Amino acid sequence: MDWRGWAEIAFTIGLSLAIAWPLGLYLAQVWTGGRTWLDPVLKPVERVSYFAFGIDPKKGQSWFGYTVAMLAFSAASFVVLYLILRFQDLLPLNPQKFAGMSPDLAFNTAVSFVTNTNWQSYTPEQAASTFSQMAGLTSHNFLSAAAGIAMAAAVARAFAANRATDLGNFWADLTRISLYVLLPISIVGALVLVWLGVPQTLLGHVDATGLEGAKQAIPLYPTASQEIIKQLGTNGGGIFNANSAHPFENPNAITNLIEMIAMNALSLACVFAFGKVAFAGKDARALIAVMTILVAAAASTVYAAETQTPPAQHAAHVATGVNMEGKEVRFGAASTATWVAFTTGASDGGVNATHDSLMPLGGGMAMFMIQLGEILPGGVGSGLYGMVVMALLAVFVAGLMVGRTPEYLGKKVEAREIRFAMLAVLILPLAILGFSAVAVVLPDALKALANPGPHGLSEVLYAYSSAAGNNGSAFAGLSANVPYWNSTLGIAMLLGRFAYVVPVLAIAGSLAAKPKLEPSAGTLPTHGPLFVGLLIGVILILGGLQYFPALALGPIVEHFQVLHAVGGR
Amino acid sequence: MTITAIEPGSPGDNARKAKSAISGTTFSPAVLGRALWEAFKKLDPRRLTGNPVILATEVVAALATLSAGVAIAQGQPSGFAIQIAAWLWATVLFANFAESVAEGRGKAAANALRASRVTTKAKVIVDPKTGTVVPTPAHELFAGAIVLVEAGDVIPSDGEIVEGVASVNEAAITGESAPVIREAGGDRSAVTGGTTVVSDWIKVRITADPGSTFLDRMIAMVEGADRRKTPNEIALAVLLAGLTLVFLIAVVTLLGLGKYSGEQLDPLVLGALFVCLIPTTIGGLLSAIGIAGMDRLLKVNVLATSGRAVEASGDVDTLLLDKTGTITYGNRLAVEVVPAPGVPADKALWAALMASLADETPEGRSIIELAREKNGLTETLPADGKAVAFSATTRMSGLDTPTFSWRKGAVDSICKHVGLDPKALPAEVASAIDRIARAGGTPLAVAENGKLVGVIHLKDVVKPGVKERFADLRRMGLRTIMITGDNPVTAATIASEAGVDDFLAEATPEDKLRLIRAEQAKGRLVAMCGDGSNDAPALAQADVGVAMQTGTQAAREAGNMVDLDSDPTKLIEIVEVGKQMLITRGSLTTFSIANDVAKYFAIIPAIFVGALPALGALNIMGLHSPQSAILSAVIFNALVIVALIPLALKGVKYRPIGAGKLLSRNLTIYGLGGLVVPFVGIWAIDWLVVLVGLAPSHP
Repeated sequence: MDWRGWAEIAFTIGLSLAIAWPLGLYLAQVWTGGRTWLDPVLKPVERVSYFAFGIDPKKGQSWFGYTVAMLAFSAASFVVLYLILRFQDLLPLNPQKFAGMSPDLAFNTAVSFVTNTNWQSYTPEQAASTFSQMAGLTSHNFLSAAAGIAMAAAVARAFAANRATDLGNFWADLTRISLYVLLPISIVGALVLVWLGVPQTLLGHVDATGLEGAKQAIPLYPTASQEIIKQLGTNGGGIFNANSAHPFENPNAITNLIEMIAMNALSLACVFAFGKVAFAGKDARALIAVMTILVAAAASTVYAAETQTPPAQHAAHVATGVNMEGKEVRFGAASTATWVAFTTGASDGGVNATHDSLMPLGGGMAMFMIQLGEILPGGVGSGLYGMVVMALLAVFVAGLMVGRTPEYLGKKVEAREIRFAMLAVLILPLAILGFSAVAVVLPDALKALANPGPHGLSEVLYAYSSAAGNNGSAFAGLSANVPYWNSTLGIAMLLGRFAYVVPVLAIAGSLAAKPKLEPSAGTLPTHGPLFVGLLIGVILILGGLQYFPALALGPIVEHFQVLHAVGGR
Repeated sequence: MTITAIEPGSPGDNARKAKSAISGTTFSPAVLGRALWEAFKKLDPRRLTGNPVILATEVVAALATLSAGVAIAQGQPSGFAIQIAAWLWATVLFANFAESVAEGRGKAAANALRASRVTTKAKVIVDPKTGTVVPTPAHELFAGAIVLVEAGDVIPSDGEIVEGVASVNEAAITGESAPVIREAGGDRSAVTGGTTVVSDWIKVRITADPGSTFLDRMIAMVEGADRRKTPNEIALAVLLAGLTLVFLIAVVTLLGLGKYSGEQLDPLVLGALFVCLIPTTIGGLLSAIGIAGMDRLLKVNVLATSGRAVEASGDVDTLLLDKTGTITYGNRLAVEVVPAPGVPADKALWAALMASLADETPEGRSIIELAREKNGLTETLPADGKAVAFSATTRMSGLDTPTFSWRKGAVDSICKHVGLDPKALPAEVASAIDRIARAGGTPLAVAENGKLVGVIHLKDVVKPGVKERFADLRRMGLRTIMITGDNPVTAATIASEAGVDDFLAEATPEDKLRLIRAEQAKGRLVAMCGDGSNDAPALAQADVGVAMQTGTQAAREAGNMVDLDSDPTKLIEIVEVGKQMLITRGSLTTFSIANDVAKYFAIIPAIFVGALPALGALNIMGLHSPQSAILSAVIFNALVIVALIPLALKGVKYRPIGAGKLLSRNLTIYGLGGLVVPFVGIWAIDWLVVLVGLAPSHP
């Protein structure tokens, strides 16, 4: 630990906020159909798209209509993607001559990319053709992200509404968000990454002779274009197996910084945009504060944990004071710690180190960040609505304490909202703990584990947390490309995305129909330090109560075992 | 024809008994004994279906008993299992007990009220022309019947006076023994079954069918017979049920995770962990809090027709208050006498006094009071004086003696009396009148022997303390709107003097209704009180409508609360009771959830320390052994319910300090307190159970 490390953490978080704020104001314009400075170029494209698909952007949808549209879109995306992956050997642009994916792998991968998870049971450079990468996977990096942001827009409109049923038009939202936000930033971002050394080619591979004289074929892909949307859309699916630890995906410190900023920027921007659209700027900034404080705390914990002497070094009396196992020497402990906190907090899932090799506390923190519900700041759009659900619960419990039916942003929180919020909240523990508890007692499932004992349990817990939280990062150490893991992880991803968001949209529908109340002196203030502290407390206690027993048997006990090993501290 | 008259005083006794049953003797041994017996009866799972948290606890308790039984049958060590099972049952019993204690107070009150139910025979008039009367038992009276009630009779049922005027002792309902006047027509025409006519006679048209009279409803209310869950209570129950499911998932999956970690978990221990985690504290106290809220209202002599209304009163945003009686004394009082030009001030005051000597109205008496205060004048009615009464045609009153004639009255009628053109008054007088009117007062002119001598300034006086009360309300986030029939100028003056947020002048009943609708359209909840028949639509429209007990039957039907004291300022107390109920629920929920942290630190290391010794590091309380740790957590969980019963019944104190401060205060007490208290409690109990030998002191 040194000041440069702390400064790097602070700088990265500060820069994300500084970029997210103007981006959020721009995003608000996109959500509300307002004018943007890209209108001269993009408006005609937008109009043509509406005409081509027969969309009337002015025609609003109820929460039910919006949900059905989103589900129909996701189902269609899934089918198309499944077919592409399953039959990639029959499709063009397959210079690597890969066979079609097995049904369970195609299912897992298609679900993974449609749910914005980007869990990868496969090794991309050994299983995915260039066509699958570009037409199948990269395009869904855009579409699943746009769908997430669209739902956040619907939730924001619900808070702005006054006795209305209209949550906006899903198809128009999807079009505008892709066109005005994701595409332009990705094009610019990809060019910058190319400039910084990230490859962008259809070549397939280059042949090289190594120092030992051995010939090797180094795989290549159109990497830069995938890399930027991978982070911007909190997707996280690497074009290479090593993900952002691979020098082609993330060659240097600048690209590392850009990629970290990119994975937080749009999720935070959604919160700023929410504040603008729902007329709740102060309250949105309180949510930003909650996210920032918890991400900073997580990054600090990981940084502190990773700069402890690991037991192996201790035993060998070569203590360096930093655990470099599984880390890129290019990035070091502070960059890795920030990345770990960002990628798990933001539901991104891209990695620049092996999480399996983190110290127990570091790995446990990564896992806990995902289990807190992917709201810090969470996936694009999904982080916002997840945080809103937590805010509703916090407001409900605490709001009673000021002697009124609780209100959040002028909307009364009543039985219907609580019912749906609890339904949504139940999904994560059900998927994470349920699937984990079953897997660890099935000998066949356990064959996939690389480690026994608490660390093995961490590998299982992490995998299902990552899937259900739509994070997509892997702890590694788990050979998941077998039918049992592919299918159960796929189901966990589906539950984590759709079983969560349908109740959330139902809440949005219910809130939109309520009158928008003006705040009074008796209303619980939902901004300011007190509320920030309250919300942090609710998130930590609710999350902690759900996962403490499981974490105790995994990373926590491992931590104490390590302490014991390095000298019984 | 027999009338079972209730002896004077006795009905009042009953009402007083009812109230004291609620306020005073909460924890008398008899009440507690009955509540304990009720708690056992409530073990019937069918009676727990409305409370999923406690029902889940009971299921676990039953399973634990089964497990203890099996252990005994197989001759295995069973002491730990028996203790756990016993404490789990105790948890359920304590929760039931909390509800019974709350209900018990209502039951005692209801029994006292039931004693004043009428067992009389009513004199039903079958032929209005001849006035023929047929005695009919009161419980066979249906709405529409006309009955005759004479002095000494008990009014058989609720109704509206159609003829006559009588003084009625309403002590049976209000506990107030001074009789009140009830008469046909106007706003004082409603009578209540069970009250007694003290003098004169009245003919009453019965308005309630048997079983649905005011007294019946009152009994049902205090007994909690038709208690339904309020909206916030339902929402909270949903949250608690959701949390119960979350913990069910966390505990059941521990079976698999534990097996992987090398610990074959005892279902009994998992059951104990589950009960400790689910929010039994608030789950057990939830209904007691609701019942206690209703009781607190009854204690201030307000009868709510539903818990929903009580809860809504905590949410009220706008209070509509009638000016007269609520904000001002209702009587205008004299504050000064302005002399006419050329008349000494003393003389003008003396003339005003003489003109008022025979005036028994509060205004008249306030003039006498003013003269006594200012100049020490203590004139009495002269023997040869002849009072001139106020009449609608002359619109003045006064006093005539053989040598003098004094008159006071509205300015234009005195002008007419003295032969002056109201437009050509002396400048000083005209400006005084103008000033008084602009200040919201009423000018009264005084004449002596046909000559104008001065102008009395009558003023609406704002009750002391009202302004502070409104400032409190504003801090609570409530807007107050004053309703008055006065002109806008007068209304504005009183409004600024009383510190209300807004006012509605020259208000008609339709205006009131329109105002309520406009406020509600903005999403605000409106409370008001009223007594007249023309208030009924507004009372029905308001979210919280408090009818005065002295009001008409129509008003009492339309409102969702009745104030037995007929005190319009009660509205403020009602709002506080509503808020207190919500605060108590929120605080105990927070406390309950925060408690779980400590329980994890007690139980998780206890159950896994065998397989994973390193987890012993989590035993930060230093509990003696796994058994003592689990037992202590279960005991703490049960005892905390009992410890919090008084708070649940009394309610967390409401302070009008603004939402932010209130939240930070309650979060500190119940949130932080909820985190810390169980660490201390479990540690102490662990120490005790080891000391007593209920659990081993070593692992």
